[in-house]
Amino acid sequence: MKVNMKGTLLSFMGLGAILLAGCNDKLAVLDPKGPQAQRQADDTMLLIYLMSGIVLTVLAILVFMLFKYRASKQSPDYEPPHIHGHWLVETFMIGIPVIIVIFLSFVSVKSNYIVENVPQEYEDQEPLVIYASSSNWKWHFSYPEQGIETVNYLYIPAGRAIEFKLYSYGPITSFWIPQLGGQKYAMADMVTTLHLAADNPGEFWGRNANFSGRGTAENIFDVTALTQTEFDEWVSDVHETAAPLTEEKFDELLEPGHLGKQTYTGTHLEFSPAPEHNHDESSEEEVEEDHSSH
Amino acid sequence: MSEFFAQFAVPHPSTLIYIAMASIVLGSIALVAIVTYFKLWGYLWREWITTVDHKKIGIMYLITALVMLFRGGVDAVMMRLQLAVPENGFLDAQHYNEVFTTHGVVMILFMAMPFITFFFNFLVPLQIGARDVAFPRLNNLAFWLFFMGMGLFNISFIVGGSPDAGWTSYFPLADNEFSTSVGTNYYMLALQIAGLGTLMTGINFITTIFKMRAPGMTLFKMPMFTWSALIANLIIVFAFPVLTVALAMGTMDRLWDTKFFAIGDGGMDMLWANLFWVWGHPEVYILILPAFGIFSEVISTFARRNLYGYTSMVWSLIVISVFSFAVWTHHFFTMGQGAFTNSIFSITTMAIAIPTGVKIFNWLFTLYKGKIVITTPMLYAMHFIPLFTLGGVTGVMLAMSAADYQYHNTMFLVAHFHNVIIPGVVYAMLAGLTFYWPKMFGFMLNERLGKATVWVMSFGFVLSFIPMYITGLDGQARRMYTYSEASGFSTLNMVSFVGAGIMSISFLMLVWNIWYSFKNSPRDIGSDPWDARGLEWATHTPIPHYNFAITPDVTDSTSEAFWDAKKNGTKLFKGEIQDIHMPNNSGQTFILSIFFFIGGFALVFSMFTLAIISLIGILACMGYRSLEDDHGYHIHKEEVELIEKKYDKEGGAK
Repeated sequence: MKVNMKGTLLSFMGLGAILLAGCNDKLAVLDPKGPQAQRQADDTMLLIYLMSGIVLTVLAILVFMLFKYRASKQSPDYEPPHIHGHWLVETFMIGIPVIIVIFLSFVSVKSNYIVENVPQEYEDQEPLVIYASSSNWKWHFSYPEQGIETVNYLYIPAGRAIEFKLYSYGPITSFWIPQLGGQKYAMADMVTTLHLAADNPGEFWGRNANFSGRGTAENIFDVTALTQTEFDEWVSDVHETAAPLTEEKFDELLEPGHLGKQTYTGTHLEFSPAPEHNHDESSEEEVEEDHSSH
Repeated sequence: MSEFFAQFAVPHPSTLIYIAMASIVLGSIALVAIVTYFKLWGYLWREWITTVDHKKIGIMYLITALVMLFRGGVDAVMMRLQLAVPENGFLDAQHYNEVFTTHGVVMILFMAMPFITFFFNFLVPLQIGARDVAFPRLNNLAFWLFFMGMGLFNISFIVGGSPDAGWTSYFPLADNEFSTSVGTNYYMLALQIAGLGTLMTGINFITTIFKMRAPGMTLFKMPMFTWSALIANLIIVFAFPVLTVALAMGTMDRLWDTKFFAIGDGGMDMLWANLFWVWGHPEVYILILPAFGIFSEVISTFARRNLYGYTSMVWSLIVISVFSFAVWTHHFFTMGQGAFTNSIFSITTMAIAIPTGVKIFNWLFTLYKGKIVITTPMLYAMHFIPLFTLGGVTGVMLAMSAADYQYHNTMFLVAHFHNVIIPGVVYAMLAGLTFYWPKMFGFMLNERLGKATVWVMSFGFVLSFIPMYITGLDGQARRMYTYSEASGFSTLNMVSFVGAGIMSISFLMLVWNIWYSFKNSPRDIGSDPWDARGLEWATHTPIPHYNFAITPDVTDSTSEAFWDAKKNGTKLFKGEIQDIHMPNNSGQTFILSIFFFIGGFALVFSMFTLAIISLIGILACMGYRSLEDDHGYHIHKEEVELIEKKYDKEGGAK
């Protein structure tokens, strides 16, 4: 038994080592490139340390008990006592988890309001609004301000808040760019809002993280953060070179299947608007958003 | 005619499905041939199919659970094999989707649920000193309804197509527009029928525990497993009606084009998510609380000490059961419900860690000043504590709603829930199985093989699931049938596959252990081979069908009545042997369940005439039952005395 317990201890230390090795800057979620993802990565690291502490404490108590009170170490006539409990022990047993939960609740609530709002560093400027809608199994990105629509790729200006308006032409999908921030669902009957920003120019990947049928695995897109100047150049380039998006063309794009990257002028919002105001829930949603932005 | 048969064809056939078909057909023929050759039909009908004996019904649940463990396990290995290397061609997207959908449903509803129901059935009446459950015939009906639901779900594999929208079956993906085969019809109807059986079990065991406890057994003298069973069954009775309603609405959406959850015409897809998880979250506590009960029995037995903090154990069960209904929204933190709602559900979810932590510390302190013997069940429990704690703390991570935006729908989540369900539920079930095996079958399982199984299983488990935490944080989303080389997920997924292989070896070791011990284990083990503590061990082995010749009286005992009798000499059986009243067997419940099966099958394929015929059959069975006089029968005093004398002569203890 002795060897076995040592084995357990060693394997758990090995496990810890693997986990910590995993926590270097290579894992997407722990390699944030924007303020929202940064907050989530900070929370994650805090949690990993705190939670490792809890697991190791439990393991240490368990190993201690197993070594100290095993039958083979005791006299054959030893009779374990009948112990009901002790008020002090039980107070600690409840008290310490309560303190941990209260602490994490503060962190959690604070983070919620941070990730649900315009990133703090970029509050002084208007966010760039991009409508991101999914269809089986593609992403359509509409830039109403710029009058541009792309399929399966996204150009964004770095150093500026982006407000994504998410919805779906079909099953529920989840819009996710791990290095810029966590995901949010896109649904057919309402628009959800996700605030992200990239601190510096760079290339990232995004995907639909929610299972939406046969083609989900390939439901991915590329994200490029450019400087504001490069972004403006790209916009004018598109206006010069790309074809306009017609209703007919858009219906064709909605057909189930995969597509490469495509670029159009104009957006589908003109003839196929987002489900923003035709549903009871969306008005409530907006009230809540207003409430939460204080 | 050919059109009629065409609808039963599998829409996405593959070699694997043909192999499965052939093996199911050959297996069935072989089974029928064996039963006929050995002339077992009469025996099966009299002793098993129509039985109202809670112990036999329990064993039927157990067999179902073990078969489904194998079936769900094969699914798991297929998934890990598909993901072992990038861009693998072993399964295509459609087949992979069907495999993970059925894996989830089978493991939760047709493996874990019958496994805990086996323990409810086998243990609860024994632990409270009763002769049977409150409604023995309802108990038989509950089993057969569950079994027919299970059967209906499993034939989807070879008739008409498997469900492919995930075990959560989110709309509108699960609607006709996007899930075109009849697979999701199977899901809706099979779960409905099995769920009715579960609801009956819930009502039955609440009544049993409240009304049939032995004299002197107050609520706070009940063994911990019975407490956990009571709370789990209360959750069943509150949660399962929600599933019933959601499945009924989903069925209507699919069969009659109503628009409860569909896109357009006012259908609300998030309503399904809400209803599903209002049932689905409490469901995981229905599974884990009885598992906690089993571990409590095992740990106090092999620490040779009473359970530390019995009262706080009970209260933590109650608190968990209440909280379990207040956290369902954490399953869709990312559905755009805003910072305020997410904050509320983030806090309620984390709060569950407090009563759960209390339980972990109570188990640890039960070891304090004990005299710990490491047997196979105890080894499962000792592996459970650190592994489950790891699963619990990653649950707290997921409960941090803002951070959850990054973990949601990833392999991190998959790692987390397997990390609680496998060391929590599966280890408890296997610990309990090993622990109660001698009580059921009269011989012990081999200890060396048993302990080796636990070590191999834990090793395989760690290797399978720890890599998923890491790939999840690296952006590997769940339910994706493939990934690219460039993603960098391949090494860890290969490790995971090796782990899955090692875990399957451990299950084969379990099967081998059962066979080996059946052949070689001694049979003269008495009725208390573990030196255990609860009233269930105060019976003979094998347990006579009336359980206790004299109803035990536990007025002078603690919650460990049998231990008190052994150590302090308290008298458990006061009074004389008298005539014992027992319920009659019934075949109607089985016939009624067959009608449910046919009706369910008919609705899957929209064959409404057949559905109406089976509905008439169901009503006829119920009508017949309501007009029937069945007062049960008596085992006479002399007969009981004769049976008891035989046990005494053979050395069976009381």
